[in-house]
Amino acid sequence: MYHWIPFWPRTAAVNGVVVNNLYIAELGIGGLIMATVLGMMLSFCIRYRAGSTASRTGLIEKTWHFEIGWTTATLLGFLALFFWGASIYIWLFQAPRGDLEIYVVAKQWMWKVEHPGGQREIDALHVPVGKTVRLVLASEDVIHSFFVPAFRIKHDVVPGALETIWFRASKTGVYRLECTQYCGLQHATMQGEVVVMTPADYANWLAGEGVHRSLAEQGMAIFQAHGCSGCHDPGSTVHAPSLSGLYGTLVHLDDGSVRRADEAYIRDCIFNPRSFTVAGYPPIMPDFSGQLSEGDVLKLIAYIQSLGYRGETSR
Amino acid sequence: MSIAAFEPGAEPAADVESSNYLTARNTIASWLLTRDHKRIALLFMASITFFFFVGGFAATLMRMNLATPGGLLQPSVYNRMFTMHGIIMVWFFLIPSIPATLGNFFIPLMIGARDLAFPRVNLASWYVFNLSGLVVLFALVMGGADTGWTFYTPLSTEYANGYVFAAAMAVFINGFSSIMTALNFIVTIHRLRAPGMTWMRLPLFVWGVYAVSVVMLTATPVLAMDTFLLAVERFLGVGLFDPSRGGDPLLWQHMFWFYSHPAVYIMILPGMGVVSEIIPCFARRPVFGYAGMVVALMAIAVLSFFVWAHHMFVAGISIYAGVVFSLMTFFVAVPSAIKVFNWTVSLHKGAILFDAPMLYALGFVLLFTLGGITGLMLATLAVDVHVHGTYFVVAHFHYIMVGATVSAFFGGLHYWWPKITGRLYPEIWARFAAILMYFGFNLTFFPQFVLGYLGMPRRSYTYPPEWQSWNLLSSAGASILAVAYLMPLLYLGWSLIWGRRAGPNPWRATGLEWTIPSPPPSGNFEHTPHVALGPYSYDPERGRYISQDGTSHAV
Repeated sequence: MYHWIPFWPRTAAVNGVVVNNLYIAELGIGGLIMATVLGMMLSFCIRYRAGSTASRTGLIEKTWHFEIGWTTATLLGFLALFFWGASIYIWLFQAPRGDLEIYVVAKQWMWKVEHPGGQREIDALHVPVGKTVRLVLASEDVIHSFFVPAFRIKHDVVPGALETIWFRASKTGVYRLECTQYCGLQHATMQGEVVVMTPADYANWLAGEGVHRSLAEQGMAIFQAHGCSGCHDPGSTVHAPSLSGLYGTLVHLDDGSVRRADEAYIRDCIFNPRSFTVAGYPPIMPDFSGQLSEGDVLKLIAYIQSLGYRGETSR
Repeated sequence: MSIAAFEPGAEPAADVESSNYLTARNTIASWLLTRDHKRIALLFMASITFFFFVGGFAATLMRMNLATPGGLLQPSVYNRMFTMHGIIMVWFFLIPSIPATLGNFFIPLMIGARDLAFPRVNLASWYVFNLSGLVVLFALVMGGADTGWTFYTPLSTEYANGYVFAAAMAVFINGFSSIMTALNFIVTIHRLRAPGMTWMRLPLFVWGVYAVSVVMLTATPVLAMDTFLLAVERFLGVGLFDPSRGGDPLLWQHMFWFYSHPAVYIMILPGMGVVSEIIPCFARRPVFGYAGMVVALMAIAVLSFFVWAHHMFVAGISIYAGVVFSLMTFFVAVPSAIKVFNWTVSLHKGAILFDAPMLYALGFVLLFTLGGITGLMLATLAVDVHVHGTYFVVAHFHYIMVGATVSAFFGGLHYWWPKITGRLYPEIWARFAAILMYFGFNLTFFPQFVLGYLGMPRRSYTYPPEWQSWNLLSSAGASILAVAYLMPLLYLGWSLIWGRRAGPNPWRATGLEWTIPSPPPSGNFEHTPHVALGPYSYDPERGRYISQDGTSHAV
């Protein structure tokens, strides 16, 4: 019936190996603990079964030396695992500025993918091997979770927030893309595939998808159609923050807080402007929730990114 | 008195019979209006047994569906089955299982009290439980909810169209039953201990139920708030969890897990207490490190409140929150590890008997250890990123909540069955069921660890064909497990009528509950006992043991 029984998932990203090593170490430690408990239990059960002649003199009810020693050893072992796991997590969950930024919009029950060049696909994600790919995740309805087992990455896609994750595929091939947060009737079929290609194949694939306006160009059209340009264009007479070079900077808000102008911040400003008024500007920006879809916002973000990236300098 | 003796048909044997709690007055009203903690325990037993098999039926359908990739059920039916399975098993079986039945029956007996502190509240708790049970059955019969037992927003508030409100209200009402029972236990253990029963002489089962009562009393009100807000949101749409109105979907998860993570310990702590009674009794030696066991129980109870966001490592909480909650989760594992170590060493230099309760207890230790080890893997942030939301998690919490807790429940049920009913169960059948349960359980849930690391998402009615072998093994295990769960129903039922009479102390155990007749008289103790020493005074070398009231027994 089956020629082989799978027990290990494929590994096709740089962090996959790192997570595998940790997992194998934990399997080893877990096996050791299990063997110790089972070994002690079995040997005591056989040696000290009722009616056996083994000596029962010198029975120990408590020894603080033993208990404290055991507890300390366990705690130190656990702390080592904690540091190991946490350091990978911190590395994994801080998305670097990628070679490529791709937008993923989740909705019941599909993954919609938009490439920077305007290419779109559903339940599939084509990426080049060896490049750092940064994904911006948005949800149009409920909470989903973006999971590629072969890459050992996962992140929930929460409506009302943009999440960013990253990966660098190390092997070409076709890998499973899954939703791992129960999202309603067809949750089980909200799956797709990630196709990792050589850069040349990827370029061919992009070209083969036809000519599109890039996401930034589409964003500019939305920017003008919804009147954003009336206030935010450099030539505008309305007192509104300039958006050129905004992306990536630190923004001081009039409640005294400071936010990095990343994808999540730009989304918040569009859908909830009153809570994110920039210091020194009047709170006059209208609320665009209900007028723009998550996909529109991602295009606007691509447009604002295209206006320049200023790095660490504060405005 | 003398007049009664002349009445025809009043045989002396019948008088002896009528002196115990089962036969004292045997009308339906005397059961439904009883204030005897022992009878209320049996009422709870009937209710939770019913719900165990309802929840088990849903699980049976799920495993049948997953035996083939194509499945058997409609997606909507499968989704409702796993939701109702979770809700019923968590709130209608596991949470009340040990405290409301064995705890209710034995806490007063073990501390030398005549009843719980508030007998009427105890009875009210059963009625509230059944009211919530009726509501959940209504939700189930009308078609069930389809949100998963975790009711994640905004799926549950805006998108799900099952009977979510009824299911949430069942959970809401059910919480008051928990709170009443917990309050009763806390007051009872504080105020009604017999003379000489100091805190450090309490049997560990009493400590376990005390720890769980503290958690129940403090965490359950949060659940009431959660489910109430869920209802408000679903009907009035005020936008608490709706981002388009300034709400936050993650708020629900924080509030839900703030209750539901402690709830996991609500399910396991009483089981730890039961096993801490069984192991010394059948190893015929004192438990190793009594004080350490008490400290560990209470440490788990307290730390359980500071780990809730480990359910949310990939949900979009900050990296720093993730790191802190991972660290706290490792901390809570330390007292659990102490307990495993102490149970194991409690076998050293004993004179070990392998009766059914002991087999269940040893099974508990092994299953709890494996559940704990996989819990460590889930607490490790980078590994959790991969296995979160997969079958790995399903397998892990079933090892703790089913493998460990249900083993402890059956172990306790067999251990105290002679005291509850006055009858011995057939030992051979019980040992067979215990071993079958252990193997059936492992066959069901171990393959799910592998499936989880392979990446199979939980709550899926279908899966790719290459994962069928593991799923088939799991379903095969589930059918064995179902037989093992049904067997006790048959042979324990048989023993009620045909079982041999047990006598007051068939296990030669030291607790106060074994110093009175089986079944116990309605008032428990004829004279308030005076407690002379701590529990577990077993001497494996000479085979002697000393009851907690100070009477010494030779073999």
